[in-house]
Amino acid sequence: MKQLTVLSGKGGTGKTTITASFAILAKNAVVADCDVDAPDLHMLLHPRIIKTQKFKGSKLAVIGKTKCVECSLCREKCRFDAITEDFTVDPISCEGCGVCTIICPVNAIELTERISGYAYISKTKYGFMAHAMLSPSESNSGKLVTLVRQNAKILAEKENSHLIIIDGPPGIGCPVIASVTGVDAGLVVTEPTMSGIHDLERVLQLLKHFNVQPFVCVNMYDINVDNTEKIEGFCKENGIEIVGKVSFDSIVTEAMVNGKTIIEYSPRSAIAKEIEILWGKISTLMSLKQSLK
Amino acid sequence: MIISIASGKGGTGKTSVAVNMALSIRNVQLLDCDVEEPNAHLFLHPKITQIEPVYVQVPFVNEKLCDHRGKCSSFCQYNAIFVSPEKVLIFPELCHNCGGCALICPKKAITEDKHKIGTLKIASAGDLKLVYGELEVGEPMAVPVIREVKRQIDRNRNIILDSPPGTSCPVIETVKGSDFCILVTEPTPFGLHDLKITVQVLEDMKMPFGIVINRADIGDKKVYEYCGEKDIPILLEIPFQRRIAELYSRGVPFSLEMPEWKEKFEALFNEVRKLVGK
Repeated sequence: MKQLTVLSGKGGTGKTTITASFAILAKNAVVADCDVDAPDLHMLLHPRIIKTQKFKGSKLAVIGKTKCVECSLCREKCRFDAITEDFTVDPISCEGCGVCTIICPVNAIELTERISGYAYISKTKYGFMAHAMLSPSESNSGKLVTLVRQNAKILAEKENSHLIIIDGPPGIGCPVIASVTGVDAGLVVTEPTMSGIHDLERVLQLLKHFNVQPFVCVNMYDINVDNTEKIEGFCKENGIEIVGKVSFDSIVTEAMVNGKTIIEYSPRSAIAKEIEILWGKISTLMSLKQSLK
Repeated sequence: MIISIASGKGGTGKTSVAVNMALSIRNVQLLDCDVEEPNAHLFLHPKITQIEPVYVQVPFVNEKLCDHRGKCSSFCQYNAIFVSPEKVLIFPELCHNCGGCALICPKKAITEDKHKIGTLKIASAGDLKLVYGELEVGEPMAVPVIREVKRQIDRNRNIILDSPPGTSCPVIETVKGSDFCILVTEPTPFGLHDLKITVQVLEDMKMPFGIVINRADIGDKKVYEYCGEKDIPILLEIPFQRRIAELYSRGVPFSLEMPEWKEKFEALFNEVRKLVGK
C-alpha cells in the first residue's frame, strides 16, 4: 500500500479540490482528510459516517475551589499563562502539562480528560474515508492527524486498497509534519504568486527533511505565466518533477457550490482533462498501476 | 489598538488585507504571525534591522545524577522523555517546554537547555514597522515563535496581527489579546464552513469581530445569509478582479496601484476603531 499527501504550504491553492478529484480517479483508494482544524473535503465527497471516535487530545487542569488557598504558585509556574487572577484555568490556554498539579502545596489541582474532537470512519460513493473534526479552540491537531492516518491505514488494509490519499493542512508545522511522515510521495499544489513560490520552497525543504519524494503541480498557472516559468525553472534546477499544470477556471467554484468534484460536475471540461493528466502522471511515477495487479 | 486578521480557510486574503490596511493608515506596526509561511514581507520589501534566534527550553539530563526511575517520563504528557535502565532519550520536537520534568525530578538531574526553533526578524519599510518570525523547517511548534513575535508589540503604534490559517493553537495565540479580529472569507462553501468554525473560536474567546468578504462576487450568497442571521458586521467587500489577482501574484499591494482602495482600507480601519470604541 502506498501513501500520497497533497500539501501546499500556503493555504487556498487548491489542495482539497485536487484531492477530491483524485479520490474519484484513483478508484478504490482510501481518502484521509488531515486538515483537521478546517476540514473541507467532506463537502465534495459527502461521506456517510459509519463510526465516530472521541478524540482525547490534551488534558485540562481543574482547580478545586474548596481546597485552593490562593498562594499563586501555580500562576507563577504555568508557562502558558493559563491560570487567571481569580484562580480558574483558562481552557483555551491550558496545554494540560500538569505542572500546576505538582506545584500546588495543597493538592487542589487535578488533570482531567477532555474531548478535543472526533474522528470518523466513513464511506463515500468512491470508497472509504477517514476524517476528523478538531473542536474549535483545541490544540493537538498533530495527534488527531495521526489518529486519522491510523484509521485510514486500517481501512486500506481491510479493503485491500492500494493507495491512501491524504489531504494535508496548510503550513509546515505540527499537523503538516504528522501528515507527511512516512508517506511515499508529497504533491505540493502551488500557485504562481510570490507567496505561493515562497511557501513552495519551504514546504519542499520540509519534504526533503522527512525524506519524502516531492512532486509539484502549479494550479491556476495562467494567472501569472512568468511566475509559472520561475517555478518550472526552480524545480528543474532542483531535480523536482512538475507533474502538471492546472488552469484558472470558474468551474472550480461552481463545482464547489454544487458540492461536487470537478470530475463529476464537468467531466468534459479542459480543467477536468488537466487533472486527469496530472493524476495519470502521478500514478505512473508512484507505480500505482503495477501495484494494482 | 490591536487588530488581528484571521480566516479559518487558507488563501482567502488575510495577508492582502493586513498589508493593504497597514499601507493605508499611519503609525503602523505589522506583525506577521504566520511563522510557518510568513508572506507579508514579500509585499513590503522591508529593510531588516535586527535578526534574533528564537529558542525554547528543552530538558537536559545529567546522567550522573539520574536514577533512571522515570518519574519525568511518566509525568510528561507529551511523551518527550523516554527513560530506560541504561539511557534517557529526549525528543525536543515533542516537548511543550512546560518545565515539569525539571520540577518533578527528585535527583535534580534535569536542567533546561536552549533549543533553536526559529528566527525573529525586525524590519521597516518607510514609516511602517514590520516584525515577522520564521519557524525552522522540520520544527513542529509554531506557538513559541508567535509569542516571540508578539513580544515585540509597540503599544504606541496601531498594531496589525496577520494570523496563520486554521482554527487551532497558532491562531488562538495570534488573536489572543487583540481588541478586534477581522475575519477574511470568501463566499464559497469552503469559505463559509471554515468561517463558522472560526466564529465559534472567537465567540469562545469573547473576541469582537467583523468580516471582510474577498472575491465577493464569486460563489453563492450563503456567507451573506449567515452574517445576516448572526448579526455579524460585513466591514468590506473586495470583488474578484483579474487586476487585483495579477498584482497579488507579483507581490504588489493592490492599494498602491489602485489608490481608491487606500481610502477603503482607511475606512475599514476607522470602522473597526469605532466598533472598538478607541
